[in-house]
Amino acid sequence: MKLITAVVKPFKLDEVKAALRSAGVVGMTVTEVRGFGRQGGHTETYRGAEYQIDFVPKCKLELVVEDADADRLVDVLVEGARTGKIGDGKVWVANIETLVRIRTGESGPDAV
Amino acid sequence: MESGNVAWILVSAALVLFMTPGLAFFYGGMDRSRNVLNMLMMNFYCVLVVPIVWVVIGYSLAQVPFDNGFIGGFDAVMLKGIGLDDNGGSLATIAYLGMFAAITPALISGAVADRMKFSAWAIFVPVWSLIVYVPVFKWVFGGWLGQRGSLDFAGGTAIHVNAGIAALAAVLVLGKRRGWPQEGHPPHSMPLVMIGTGILWFGWFGFNAGSALAANGQAVQAFMNTFLAAAAGGLAWVLVEWKRDGHPTNLGAASGIVAGLVAITPAAGYVSGASPIWIGLLAGVICSYTVRAKVRFGFDDSLDVVGVHFAGGLVGSLLIGFFANPAFFGGEFREGLFYGGSLRLLGEQALANGVAIVWSFGLTYAIMVVLKRTMGVRVDPEVEANGLDLELHGETAYHGGGLH
Repeated sequence: MKLITAVVKPFKLDEVKAALRSAGVVGMTVTEVRGFGRQGGHTETYRGAEYQIDFVPKCKLELVVEDADADRLVDVLVEGARTGKIGDGKVWVANIETLVRIRTGESGPDAV
Repeated sequence: MESGNVAWILVSAALVLFMTPGLAFFYGGMDRSRNVLNMLMMNFYCVLVVPIVWVVIGYSLAQVPFDNGFIGGFDAVMLKGIGLDDNGGSLATIAYLGMFAAITPALISGAVADRMKFSAWAIFVPVWSLIVYVPVFKWVFGGWLGQRGSLDFAGGTAIHVNAGIAALAAVLVLGKRRGWPQEGHPPHSMPLVMIGTGILWFGWFGFNAGSALAANGQAVQAFMNTFLAAAAGGLAWVLVEWKRDGHPTNLGAASGIVAGLVAITPAAGYVSGASPIWIGLLAGVICSYTVRAKVRFGFDDSLDVVGVHFAGGLVGSLLIGFFANPAFFGGEFREGLFYGGSLRLLGEQALANGVAIVWSFGLTYAIMVVLKRTMGVRVDPEVEANGLDLELHGETAYHGGGLH
């Protein structure tokens, strides 16, 4: 099993979610996060004073998938989240040792 | 007093009371999320303690006897001798003036935000009300400064200049916030600021038009002036920053509205026609620059009480010297320069404000120094870092998040 984690632009979240659903994904976890990468932050002006906002808002998605689906779903996710402009975010994949569905006690790929 | 007048004073009093929560939101939104409740509490505390101080002794010292030009006495302590024989007019007026007494120290809270001990604020407010606000109020409204011919319709000198310069004195004793000005302190909730601004504007109709103390033509003109100056102030500030900084901001609109309202306050019952538009425009432009003085001169006036209330109040008060139009009101006050008057009125305005500035700055500084040496005025660095809401009040404004 693989854990796919993606940090994307907040306004792309709905598109990414729809694309992943169409590709067969049945669940995911989303967190509102803040951070910076190459995009850096932005400035805001209050009463003429500029403030540098280093951490920009992003959405973090996490989904656990079966090994065979991982590459395909990463492609779907990248396709859905891309605008081509700086700040589109990143996707990474990690191995998962254990997964348990709490309600039934099923474990491993059955719990995906 | 005629029933119509009593009715208008009662309505105006309620409008002015509403300004203190409005101010709390105006300031609270500009504050950071870990200190917003402390800011609200500093403001609401003023409407807890000042009405009582006002009725117990404040009103008596501020007004009675009327013929003493410097200070009243103890004749009306605890509302002694105030009956309903004038259809409740006196009692209505005392309540109305009590609302002004309450919001004036609340104005200072914006300057000391994020770092003042609440216990020190709790002592500061009643003490300041009695030894700074009450005398200046007396001198300006019917006392020696008023008798010389200076004009202050609803409290430009007695309230905004007074509280604004007190704010400067207070922050000079209190010191800068940790990290200021290198570290930014942007507003945590602009919607809250805008709600507060709307409430302030609404309440200000009672503040200014109510100061006619009658439902008459002067009240109507003051109402119109309040309407126009606020609009012009907001417009001017937004245009300046749009050109200067690149964006028309909500905070610019809010600040300009308040600057316009502050500036028209002393003039509301003395100017007419297009004058409020000019006064609002000038206040909006000037205050959009005076708010920058704190960084240049290094005093940490957190939410720009000096830049908006002191500067705006002074601008409005001095502009009376140009725009005062007694013929329009059929009133017995001097003409401004634009209406055939001499420099005398401008001179009286300058004198009245000068006296208020010296008295307020000096005594506020003294009060703060005494508090600093006895109980301390500043929270510990750890409290300041963790936020005053949780540390001083045991409350959190927004559960479940926030990295501010």
